[in-house]
Amino acid sequence: MEFFFQLLIQGLSVGFLYALAALGFVMIFKSSSVLNFAHGDLLAMGAFFFLVFSLWWKLPIPIAFLMTLVGSFAMGFIIERLFLRPLIGESLILVIMLTVGLASMFKGLMLFIFGGNLFAYPEFLPQNLSIQLGNILIPPVYMATFIISILFLLLFGLFFKYSSQGIYMRSVADNQSAALSLGVHVRRVFALSWAIAALVCAMSGIILGIISGVNVHSISIIGLKVFPVVILGGLESIGGAIIGGIIIGLLETFTGGYISTSLREVVPYIVLVLILLVKPYGLFGLVEIERV
Amino acid sequence: MRKPKLHPCGNYNEKYEEELTIFETDFGRVWVLIGLLVLFVGIPLISSNYALYVINHIGIFAIAAVGLNLLIGFTGQISLGHGAFFGVGGYAAAILTTRLGFPFYLSLLSAGVITAMVGMIFGLPSARLKHLYLTIATLAGQFILQFLFVNWESLTGGSMGIILPRASLFGLSLKSDQAYFYVVFVCLVTMLWIAKNLLRTRYGRAFVAIRDNDRAAEGMGIPIFQYKLLAFAISSFYAGFAGALWTHYLASITPDPFTLFLSVEFIAMIIIGGLGSLTGSVFGAIFITSLNEILSHASEFFINLQALAGIALTIAPLREFIFGLAIVLFIIFEPRGLAEVWRIVRSSFRLWPFSY
Repeated sequence: MEFFFQLLIQGLSVGFLYALAALGFVMIFKSSSVLNFAHGDLLAMGAFFFLVFSLWWKLPIPIAFLMTLVGSFAMGFIIERLFLRPLIGESLILVIMLTVGLASMFKGLMLFIFGGNLFAYPEFLPQNLSIQLGNILIPPVYMATFIISILFLLLFGLFFKYSSQGIYMRSVADNQSAALSLGVHVRRVFALSWAIAALVCAMSGIILGIISGVNVHSISIIGLKVFPVVILGGLESIGGAIIGGIIIGLLETFTGGYISTSLREVVPYIVLVLILLVKPYGLFGLVEIERV
Repeated sequence: MRKPKLHPCGNYNEKYEEELTIFETDFGRVWVLIGLLVLFVGIPLISSNYALYVINHIGIFAIAAVGLNLLIGFTGQISLGHGAFFGVGGYAAAILTTRLGFPFYLSLLSAGVITAMVGMIFGLPSARLKHLYLTIATLAGQFILQFLFVNWESLTGGSMGIILPRASLFGLSLKSDQAYFYVVFVCLVTMLWIAKNLLRTRYGRAFVAIRDNDRAAEGMGIPIFQYKLLAFAISSFYAGFAGALWTHYLASITPDPFTLFLSVEFIAMIIIGGLGSLTGSVFGAIFITSLNEILSHASEFFINLQALAGIALTIAPLREFIFGLAIVLFIIFEPRGLAEVWRIVRSSFRLWPFSY
């Protein structure tokens, strides 16, 4: 039973992490209907930004964290400007394949600079963050994951609901030409959505780095898990991404704990195929009746 | 004998058949014959064994690239699983040959058919949704198949892989690079010929219609789902066939090469070569395979210079960077790829001295 609860806690924290990562993905998809296959590499980039600031430059942790967020926000802007902007108006298939190319490019660049080694952040989480529940100890990393994920998911929920930029983004997602005719600066919305996505990715990347160390391959593979998460939750729904993330996270850890560790990595994808076959719009997705 | 047809200055087609002809002029036929002659007589004569090894790889990858182009370039459905499908073909051929004693040619064809069926499983989600979802399903397929290659040990031999006997065709050993060269390129030319003619049938036109506007295509009475699945099956067949050829060529198979990166490599081939162009797929295969060889030579070169061994280690990951960069640059600056460059070069020769 103790093992079960340990797995439950671990699964929940992994799930929140996935939800956070999926948030960035959904943001890009909602505003520009681009499937971002470079998502995993954005995650890894964020993790490495933090590594450089905290370990190499030895900045104090809060400043390093802040600089990572600023840096990845800027990087999102730059990616959009350099690579996505020239393709506005081109067919979607080209844009999606561009993100495949970007993924390969970023990955190569990171391998070039950092190599395939495993790095670890300096210890900075306070030990008293951990909580003892009966026999179960929740380590500080998981607590940090819970706190950061819930905080940012809430923050972005409010941002979309109440801030003007958030409302612009939702309007573009809903109907691009209508938003354009109402005077929404659609290009700025695209840029902003990439920037915010990169920022959210950086945050999930940092948490991943704290949990399991920073390595290009492992982080970018985890980044691809957003696909099962968003498909399960429904591509358009941010709430769905949270539920999807938690379900996938739990499923993964329980498979890993009770069945086999090697199956753990594929379970999300098996779920993905099944969901696509059975309930293709996910749990909370917008059901578009368009049988083409 | 009829009068040889030359290029008219303008479009004088009167019948639909004239639009559809492969060779607008008899020059085209002559050039293709010359090209085939050079390919089958000239190249094996002048090439060293190493060059033939590279050329064989180009031929094998070109077959897979042609298949992928049928799917992405002509039907407008992206697949990120072709690296794994290539592997499915390879494993199918290996298992059929070693366990059931299939002859070489039969193992190639059945590997293609098996891969087509596996591909169709992952193509099924496209039944219900638009093309984005197929991409995600194939991504899932890539990971699931990769998992099976490693973990279904009773069938695939796990990470140890399978060793195959050397292929032989009708009693002739295909051990030498030269002998295999003929096999690969006869297959490539046949596959290209099939693809070219497929595109002129109602099936090919339906694929293009689906790519250009799926709603309009459905409105014109094309059963979208069947055709998408068909395109996916054909494309997987090509991938599996190529994978089987590759496995027989190397005479062994392990799960290592069939990663997501191989899928990206295939996508790079057809983007660099040219989406929606069969010759483009071949150009792309040439480009990527040569680039691979050049990069591995470069890192070998630097390893031999002791002082610069550090550079050698950093070159390996640069391969991924350069592939990605090539994809990105081609999409932004020349989305129609090398095939378009080739067309421009050709037409500027044809129109000389008034080329533009």
